[in-house]
Amino acid sequence: APCPQWPYCRKRCAYCSFNTYVVPAVDEAAVRACLVREAQTLLRLGQVHRWVYTVGSRGAPGPSVPSCSFTALPCSVTSVFFGGGTPSLASPGTVAAVLEAVAGAARLAAGAEVTLEANPSSTSTSRLAGFRAAGVNRLSIGVQVRGAVPAAAPAAPRDPIVTALSPQSLDDAELRMLGREHTAAEARKAVEVARGLFPGRTSIDLLFGLPGQSRDAWAQRLEAALRLCDDHISVYQLTLERGTALAAQVRGGALPAPPPDLLADMYQTARNVLVAAGFRHYEVSNFARKGALSTHNLSYWRGDQYIGVGPGAHGRFVLRGEGGCRREARVQSLEPVAWMREVQSQGHGTRTRAVLSPLEQLEELLTLGLRTDEGITHERWGHFSPQLSLQAVFGEPGEARALQQDGWLVLDSGGLRCTWAGLAVLDSLLPDLLWQLQRA
Amino acid sequence: QEKLDMSTYPVESIRNFSIIAHVDHGKSTLADRLLEITGTISKTDRNKQVLDKLQVERERGITVKAQSASLFYNHEGINYLLNLIDTPGHVDFSYEVSRSLSACQGVILVVDANEGIQAQTVANFYLAFEAQLSIIPVINKIDLKNADPERVEKQIEKLFDIPTDECIRISAKQGTNVEKVLQKIIEKIPPPQCNTADPLKALVFDSTFDHYRGVIANIALFGGEIAKGQKIVSAHSKKRYEVNEVGILTPNEQPTHKLYAGQVGYLIAGMKEVTEAQIGDTLFLYKQPVEPLPGFKSAKPMVFAGMYPLDQTEYNNLKSALERLTLNDSSVTIHRDSSVALGAGWRLGFLGLLHMEVFNQRLEQEYNMSVILTAPTVPYKAVLSSAKLKKEYGKDQITIISPAQFPDKFSVSEYLEPTVLGTIVTPHEYIGKIITLCQDRRAVQKDMLYIDENRVMLKYLFPLNEIVVDFYDALKSLSSGYASFDYEDAGYQSADLIKMDILLNGNPVEELATIIHNDKAYAAGKLLCERLKETIPRQLFEIAIQAAIGKKIIARETLKAYRKNVVAKCYGGDITRRMKLLKRQAEGKRLMRKIGNVEVPRDAFIRVLKRETDK
Repeated sequence: APCPQWPYCRKRCAYCSFNTYVVPAVDEAAVRACLVREAQTLLRLGQVHRWVYTVGSRGAPGPSVPSCSFTALPCSVTSVFFGGGTPSLASPGTVAAVLEAVAGAARLAAGAEVTLEANPSSTSTSRLAGFRAAGVNRLSIGVQVRGAVPAAAPAAPRDPIVTALSPQSLDDAELRMLGREHTAAEARKAVEVARGLFPGRTSIDLLFGLPGQSRDAWAQRLEAALRLCDDHISVYQLTLERGTALAAQVRGGALPAPPPDLLADMYQTARNVLVAAGFRHYEVSNFARKGALSTHNLSYWRGDQYIGVGPGAHGRFVLRGEGGCRREARVQSLEPVAWMREVQSQGHGTRTRAVLSPLEQLEELLTLGLRTDEGITHERWGHFSPQLSLQAVFGEPGEARALQQDGWLVLDSGGLRCTWAGLAVLDSLLPDLLWQLQRA
Repeated sequence: QEKLDMSTYPVESIRNFSIIAHVDHGKSTLADRLLEITGTISKTDRNKQVLDKLQVERERGITVKAQSASLFYNHEGINYLLNLIDTPGHVDFSYEVSRSLSACQGVILVVDANEGIQAQTVANFYLAFEAQLSIIPVINKIDLKNADPERVEKQIEKLFDIPTDECIRISAKQGTNVEKVLQKIIEKIPPPQCNTADPLKALVFDSTFDHYRGVIANIALFGGEIAKGQKIVSAHSKKRYEVNEVGILTPNEQPTHKLYAGQVGYLIAGMKEVTEAQIGDTLFLYKQPVEPLPGFKSAKPMVFAGMYPLDQTEYNNLKSALERLTLNDSSVTIHRDSSVALGAGWRLGFLGLLHMEVFNQRLEQEYNMSVILTAPTVPYKAVLSSAKLKKEYGKDQITIISPAQFPDKFSVSEYLEPTVLGTIVTPHEYIGKIITLCQDRRAVQKDMLYIDENRVMLKYLFPLNEIVVDFYDALKSLSSGYASFDYEDAGYQSADLIKMDILLNGNPVEELATIIHNDKAYAAGKLLCERLKETIPRQLFEIAIQAAIGKKIIARETLKAYRKNVVAKCYGGDITRRMKLLKRQAEGKRLMRKIGNVEVPRDAFIRVLKRETDK
């Protein structure tokens, strides 16, 4: 699955540490040509049969270059994901060109999922219709249900800036703190428009754990989201990444750091509320109903192959085009200008390549697979480890057995997966499991 | 290599001396300059702590092991042989000082012109004074901006009764007046009183171990001469050896034809184990026995701690590393020990906490070994009342070097704890705080004396366990680094002792079991529990951290379970970085100590034991 990356944003959000660039003007024609060329090169190298394609560096909204990734079925690409940056700032023509290139280099399966990450401030009806015409059939909107206000984070509100405000302005205050570009009203409008164009295939993102956010404020946020949403919701705990404006404010004491117990409560609230509303909690941070799971991301968590196209995009695939049989981890050049130069001279901007050992592949499978509700099936494990079964590694007395007895894990005929309680503390389970795997 | 002929240096032209000083007063720098001026080493900018050969010595800027060097110096037409014996500066190693002094007739007492007399200056002075050695006071660092040599001269006069005009003001760093020191050595220090015509009488005052040549003994000749091929006998073991090589240290070994009475050098004689070169032993010629020299009391360990391999599979590697390291540090005592929780290991005795740290650092640096160290304890005693125990031990009084041996109060008529007489020298503005600190450590004041208008010397009788871990750090921190401290053994006193356990979810942490004074148990238990709460990472279940005396819980902290620990977003981005972090955590599992279900990082215990001053 190709994942084309559009790394440009109109404005950098206060919490974002992705590879994004805010530039006055993007030479879209040049970027488009490079995305197309790189997609073609990498698809040829991978001789894509069964996978996912992603375009875009990951990030927040802004004027942009997408990057994208693909997943594929036998002999065809099964999904394309335009990420960023803010790929919705690219023109529909660029999206169409990349999709044509994918279809030309590999077979784009009928019904392949083509997702575009969008920002509420760049989602007018006509624009979204243009993306639909270009081939996009799924939309992921970073609404932060709550919208966008172009302003810097407030100077030093030590107390929860939020509590005294009305629910409406509360949304806007949070958005301001996050440095988002849109308003709450814009966000609601964007979701409504998107649902009209992509019914059943519009996803929204929610963030919790904002400095100063209360339990009640979060519960209200969830209720508002349920009134607005389609059949897919992603719920992310705000991560204070080093180097971001928000992390600096929290570290400097200008904003309060949310206490761990509150974060745990908020997460549990989200799980309970969404499951009660008929959503399946199919991954740590993702919820879907009526089967609207993200095919693209699911294939990533299942350890399928994917190609990353665009500045800073990442991929995991076997280079069959070069007669290879080993899975590689590849990262494209981060900086757009350098990336374009490389694509123009050698057809792709791969900056680093590393062959993944069988153990490393299993470690990644374990780390990603256990994030899903289905966990790691015996079949999938066997695909990466034909000799040593899941049972042989984790069924013996050891860490996994102890974690099962304590109710964090399940190993049965379905495979290895977390329990409801275990999923919330997965990062505490993984070191034990990896350590057991390394000794097997 | 041409062998030196040492017969050209008769007794009259020999001077044997040590440099003694408080830490950082410039002892090693002065030694460097003396080596340069006499041409023993060439003069370069790189000569820093030439005699400190260990990595740990250079890193910490301290001398741990005494070294000697022979210098040749022409004064008024006569060639002199000056034997310099460098000594350690830290209180933990003062036994090395007294050992070195036994081979000397004089000392250079170095005092910092800025800091003045410090606790160890006092201690070292008395060591030299009691050994009836000539003392040459030297005031160093006169080049410093705040140097006040006059004040220091007055202190020396007041405390040591040495006239101010006898002090030499120098800057060892810049070489100022160092030549004068050499002249004073020749004028003031008497040559050794001995005769080459007498039968051989050699004192072993130190030894090192060389993997190729075996034991190298440092010797001082108090009579006769020694040469290759001679048969010698140890007065201590009565074992006979044949001399393979003799020579002097410059500071590297340089073979000579012979060594003569009054000279200091080294000897290699087929000794396989360092214990054969018993320090303080007297060597004499086969069939020509002499009256042995008085010898030394062996160094007495003040601090004991358990040492265990991280993993029992490393037991043999650690064993051989310990054996090799103790060859060159005979002041460490070793007893085999084992515990249910930690497996097979050892109980080691050290001279002090710094000595323990240095030893541990050398294990890591020189032998690449990481170990589990238990809480340090001092050697307590118990007077037994139980007939059963008396029979079991075959004596009425036992020494307890491990909390595991602690007999309960029903079988004991009295517990005893070791004490030391501590000397503190401080600027007077800190007296109040220091007195409070000492009282807090159960110390009893014995003396208080102004050594000049604003410096005070305090003497306190301390229970040893109160100063072992962190007293020195606490003293330094409350006096902004100005107060200094030294101590000497002062016997045992009766004490109300108990054993305190630390429990994690009900399971005892053997490393943290401590013998403690009853009055201190509650405060110490509470502090340890709080520290542990900060040190142990949150886990999947709640952890009760408790301090207990017998079955009675005296303190408790609760470490709550993780309720959420999962990274929110994990797609699209490269997971390579995340995998690295997870794998490092997985790797870290190997280094975790499991107590029941609870995983504790290996260094947690040491971090917990280092007290307030680290904060």
